[in-house]
Amino acid sequence: MSQNLQNEIDFHDILTDPNLSRRDFLKTLGGGIIILFWVGDASILEAQRGRGYPEDFNAYLRVGPDGRVTCFTGKIEQGQGAITSLPQMLADEMDISPDVVDMVMGDTSQCPWDMGTFGSMTIRFFGPPLRAAGAEARKVLIELAAEQLQVPQERLAVENGVVFDKQNKDKKVTYADLAKGKTIARRAKEKPPVKDPSAFQVMNKPFLRRDSREKVTGAAQYAGDIRLPDMLYARLLRPPAHGAKLKQADTAAAEKIEGVTVVREGDLIAVLHKNPDQAGEALSRINSEFDVPAAQVDDETIFEHLLANAGQERVVAEGGQLEAGEKQSEIVVEQTYLDGYKAHAAIETHTALAQVEGDKATVWISTQTPFPTRDQIARALGFTPENVRVITPFVGGGFGGKSPGQQAIEAARLAKATGKPVQVCWTREEEFFFDSFRPAAVVKIKSGITKDGKATLWDYKVYYAGDRGAAQFYDIPNHRTASTGSSFSGGPPHLFATGAWRAPANNTNTFARESQIDIMASQAKMDPVEFRLKNLKDERAIRVLKAAAERFNWKPAPAPSSRGLGVAMGIDSDTFVAEIAEVEVDRRTGRVRVKRVSCAQDMGLAINPQGATIQMEGCITMGLGYTLTEDVHFRGGMILDRNFDTYELPRFSTLPKIETYILDLKDEPAHGGGEPAIIAVGAVVANAIHDATGARLLRLPMTPDRVRKAIAATA
Amino acid sequence: MAETISFTLNGAPVKVTTDGQRPLLWVLRTDFNLTGTKFGCGQAQCGACTVLVDNKAVRSCVYPVRNAGGREVRTIEGLSKNGELHPLQKAFIAHDGLQCGFCTPGMILTAYSLLQQNPQPTREEIIEGMDRNLCRCGAHTRIIDAIQAAATAMKGGTSK
Repeated sequence: MSQNLQNEIDFHDILTDPNLSRRDFLKTLGGGIIILFWVGDASILEAQRGRGYPEDFNAYLRVGPDGRVTCFTGKIEQGQGAITSLPQMLADEMDISPDVVDMVMGDTSQCPWDMGTFGSMTIRFFGPPLRAAGAEARKVLIELAAEQLQVPQERLAVENGVVFDKQNKDKKVTYADLAKGKTIARRAKEKPPVKDPSAFQVMNKPFLRRDSREKVTGAAQYAGDIRLPDMLYARLLRPPAHGAKLKQADTAAAEKIEGVTVVREGDLIAVLHKNPDQAGEALSRINSEFDVPAAQVDDETIFEHLLANAGQERVVAEGGQLEAGEKQSEIVVEQTYLDGYKAHAAIETHTALAQVEGDKATVWISTQTPFPTRDQIARALGFTPENVRVITPFVGGGFGGKSPGQQAIEAARLAKATGKPVQVCWTREEEFFFDSFRPAAVVKIKSGITKDGKATLWDYKVYYAGDRGAAQFYDIPNHRTASTGSSFSGGPPHLFATGAWRAPANNTNTFARESQIDIMASQAKMDPVEFRLKNLKDERAIRVLKAAAERFNWKPAPAPSSRGLGVAMGIDSDTFVAEIAEVEVDRRTGRVRVKRVSCAQDMGLAINPQGATIQMEGCITMGLGYTLTEDVHFRGGMILDRNFDTYELPRFSTLPKIETYILDLKDEPAHGGGEPAIIAVGAVVANAIHDATGARLLRLPMTPDRVRKAIAATA
Repeated sequence: MAETISFTLNGAPVKVTTDGQRPLLWVLRTDFNLTGTKFGCGQAQCGACTVLVDNKAVRSCVYPVRNAGGREVRTIEGLSKNGELHPLQKAFIAHDGLQCGFCTPGMILTAYSLLQQNPQPTREEIIEGMDRNLCRCGAHTRIIDAIQAAATAMKGGTSK
């Protein structure tokens, strides 16, 4: 694992955390990565050091007396499908049906420690220890069966959890009878190998979601659906802008509503009621005044602001000499790319229900990070982490936004203060206000080519997007990539929180890089696929690009060809993607209609090809939002987008025809699948717009207004 | 002011004494403990809170409970009959028409309402009919496929 170069690229931001040495990082990579980018607290980080996935297979699974196998994981289900793919892995290793596997996910009192569900890491990093646990459990159960049946192990086989004598099938014993629901004390003397792909029965086969029935009947429970006796719903007094200071708050009118409880505890002012809507009514009766600092920056001036406050840059990658590269270049292209803040906008808002009894707390949370959030709650309450239990029901979408656990701390503090179970469910306005946005960012690139289209120079500077996906992967002899700021840090010069947003940093970096590559191809009067192939050496990159072109039936032509076709590619979470899009541009209105997106993906072994396909579709659909419409508007610390009327998500009518193609690479390790296909959407559409109109869009999102202006500038 | 409101909820007569201005969403979720109906935006922007009132999709987050008086309210919990899933529910399962599942009850009930009005919609009509329901996971194409399959399974009728 530590030899894997792409991991280092993916997590470069994390490696640059001053609290975390590279050696620590690699040491713990196999056992879950230690990183708490939203906390920024060295002592918590310290506490996580050295934690990893347990060796004892009992931590991952339990064979029940009824033959059902419970699988324990600190990962959570937020729609990405781990609830389906993890049982596939365990079932295959144990020779059981995935139908008999029950999942316990994200419960800190039952599941092995885990850093959280993000970074497309579930299959990549939790998968191997889970498979190993399944393989060892199978081995130990066979040993037990050999003793019980008085048959040598070599003569035994397993089917559907029944161990039998290959020479006499009537001689058999079930896993259930062997384990009897107990912890299995025996260990395999040697760790057995996991299954060879040629022996897969369940892995690499398409499976429908396992949680659909609950989700289509309304039975599936999310954090907001948990009910406890005497529970109260809380609404909290919020500032009108980030940086605003409370001058005074009068809660007298709110207190007059029957059944209202008011809590004032330092910065926390809340009203609670047994009905959430009536808590909201009480909140509206609080008379409050805030000092709001004058706005200095808005969503138009933010880019100058970021550049003016840019800190120390660090070199992400370099080779050759930029000066030499510039001399070799016959054509030099210099461009600046801009990307605004993006909201996560999961349909489920941040929600938590907390119950405090004595010095113990139980908190049901919509979270991607049950264990780190547990530790945060413990600190907020002054409890030990062992006395805090976090339970994660189904999560209604995360996308990186549900790693911060502010709402859980609020619920826990209020539960402690009132002595009653308290639910905090953010309104959509609160969700937009407190979201850890994907950061606004600037990318400056100076690149060069010879007249026959050989890339010679690449000088890349990214400000505030972060490092993931920043390093270019083309064969460019003289190159340098430098990065300032991080996806994960938040804080100044940002006016509000920023954080990981599905494939953090990589969306912005891939938009800039692949737009620039396209400009170079166009200047060389070369077909954009051919130009890339000419400048690629990486075999995986070449393979995936060729696959995409073949699937799309790509016909070479230099851009702009007026066909409205674009290509873009990238690497994320060890996975290579290449996308081709077809667009139609209304030159008068600037409206872009994306008609078709075709995506080829090299993700190594796909555990559940059906789930992986759906992740690709979801990535492409979600990607069209940041590409065409999504942009957080703000004035100073005031967030102007407060609901979906102004913050426009992709809709049914946005949809292009989506074609996905997963390369058949089951003998290779499994790479990430939840994020890669989103990274190229911005560039593939920008390149297709250029191909259609000759206009080059350098800023996301590519709104009709910006497209119209870019077309006008070309004329 | 508190008033008593009577209506039919998932086929059974119910009464609730409460402020009639309260949104139906919260009355369903708290007073009746029917949590399948979701809160997403509070302003009828996303459709997660969609329920059926007299077989038509309404956004329960902005629908005063008083207006339900004397009417038939159906939530996602009341769509299956005797444990037998509605064709829409079956089709959402068969097509993987969901990911996180949070928008799903609203999607299914909006589709139900759409098929009541137009039992054999074209793909374009489904897109138009569903366009005000938001899904952040990007399950859209599969939702459309599921609705088309359900319409076919229902053979132009409105029940199974």
